[in-house]
Amino acid sequence: MDFSFFVEVLAGGLLAGVMYSLVALGFVLIYKASGVFNFAQGAMVFFAALTFVSLVERGMNAWLALAVTLAAMVVLGMTIERVVLRPLVNQPPITLFMATIGLTFVLEGLSQLAWGSQPHNLELGVPDVPMEWLSQQWNINISQFDLFAALVAGVLVGVLAVFFQKTRIGRALRAVADDHQAALAVGIPLQHIWTIVWGVAGFVALVAGLMWGARNGVQYSLTFVALKALPVLLIGGFESIPGAILGGLIIGATEKLAEVYLGPMVGGGIESWFAYVVALLFLLVRPEGMFGEKHIDRV
Amino acid sequence: MILSVENVSLSFGGVKALQDVSFDVEAHEVRAIIGPNGAGKSSMLNVINGVYRPQHGKILFKEKAFKEMDSRQAARMGIARTFQNIALFKGMTVLDNIMTGRNLKMRCGFLQQALWIGPAKREELEHRRAAEEIIDFLEIQHIRRTPVGRLPYGLQKRVELGRALAAEPELLLLDEPMAGMNLEEKQDMCRFILHVNDHYGTTLVLIEHDMGVVMDISHRVVVLDYGRKIADGVPAEIRSNQKVIDAYLGVAH
Repeated sequence: MDFSFFVEVLAGGLLAGVMYSLVALGFVLIYKASGVFNFAQGAMVFFAALTFVSLVERGMNAWLALAVTLAAMVVLGMTIERVVLRPLVNQPPITLFMATIGLTFVLEGLSQLAWGSQPHNLELGVPDVPMEWLSQQWNINISQFDLFAALVAGVLVGVLAVFFQKTRIGRALRAVADDHQAALAVGIPLQHIWTIVWGVAGFVALVAGLMWGARNGVQYSLTFVALKALPVLLIGGFESIPGAILGGLIIGATEKLAEVYLGPMVGGGIESWFAYVVALLFLLVRPEGMFGEKHIDRV
Repeated sequence: MILSVENVSLSFGGVKALQDVSFDVEAHEVRAIIGPNGAGKSSMLNVINGVYRPQHGKILFKEKAFKEMDSRQAARMGIARTFQNIALFKGMTVLDNIMTGRNLKMRCGFLQQALWIGPAKREELEHRRAAEEIIDFLEIQHIRRTPVGRLPYGLQKRVELGRALAAEPELLLLDEPMAGMNLEEKQDMCRFILHVNDHYGTTLVLIEHDMGVVMDISHRVVVLDYGRKIADGVPAEIRSNQKVIDAYLGVAH
């Protein structure tokens, strides 16, 4: 076995995993703060990327477009809180989950209604080509864009970790996630908190949308990256930001390695579903995921 | 007079939880609400806390009437509470739980807090000191970093009291603070309650089933039965009140 080839596959996989983590982060945020599994996260990613790319194509400055899109995502988050979540306070989680499935289709429809349904190309100024230095020196091909995405994800996670651990709002977020009634009793404004979480999730969706859009083009199928985040969540745990990162890395690495080394034995094409196999195996060992909260009920 | 409950009636559909109940609470007093199961004690506490809105009557807190309000507003006005079935943030540590109690007192924006600059740092340290004082007072130093979900019941009750105290409330509502505790834990809890009343001057309204405890620590007692007030007075009066004895022991019809 060629070692440098192995390293190349592994590194490529890990970096692709970071892209999954970016999407998974959005799920984790909302789940952590409101106990809702937001099925619409993929649609939010699509909506963000489509809005950004459409604005840029209409001649808007990229930074301005970024700001406008971010504002749009925050407004979207506030609207979702007001129209969908607030009337459903204290309903069982499955009701909220179904509501987010509905939301998915509404969002997909709306974004295509507003911006049209043709695919767009998105250029972020970082080419998706192997880095020359690494190729020449070690004969390992690693994409510049992948490294860039990993860097962005790293910064994002750092910011979120500080936000959750160090600020009053972060503490309030965790409190709301644990117990609505108790949170109200200590004077935490439930509605504000949800608005903030959905706003932040919108921001994460925007980042994920830009990265995925630059890689695969901005098109309807972008909503399906959400499905790739599911095995990541199963492995990392639904409540954990570090879990989402580590889960993404594991999924990315194993599916690439499996495709390259196991693929040829079964005729290839296992990359697209191998992640789910890994997640299922993982579930058998640790049903709550690596960093998920283990619920022990006192009897 | 810090709190006055006037002719409050509350019903859920056909069930009349409270019927025309009136009583008052003096500032710095320990006021107990007692009664057999289903008498409406917790409903009464929830009305005061703004969880339920009574169909009739009103609540005056510090001379201000409120009819439309929720628990969050109650918290802002200086009412804190504990719950009958412990409502702590189970995934968070004892310290973090107590810090949430100080949430309303924090003023710095989250950007300042995230960057940990000047005023935010000072503020956090100040609140941290207040939280540590409460931890010392409740003798839970050894578990301050433990996630609350792992603690035994008695300690959870204590942490919940700590979170309520962290808000520095003027009025503290305790819903069965000693339920499910052994004798020693009850004695500790009594000591804490009396100290809070004595030291911080906090007014307390508490629901409790242990008559010995109620008679020992409360200044005045309200007795509810089937949603109606049947007696109100100092412990000695209540103990000898025939209606109260009947309600608790039952009477031959």
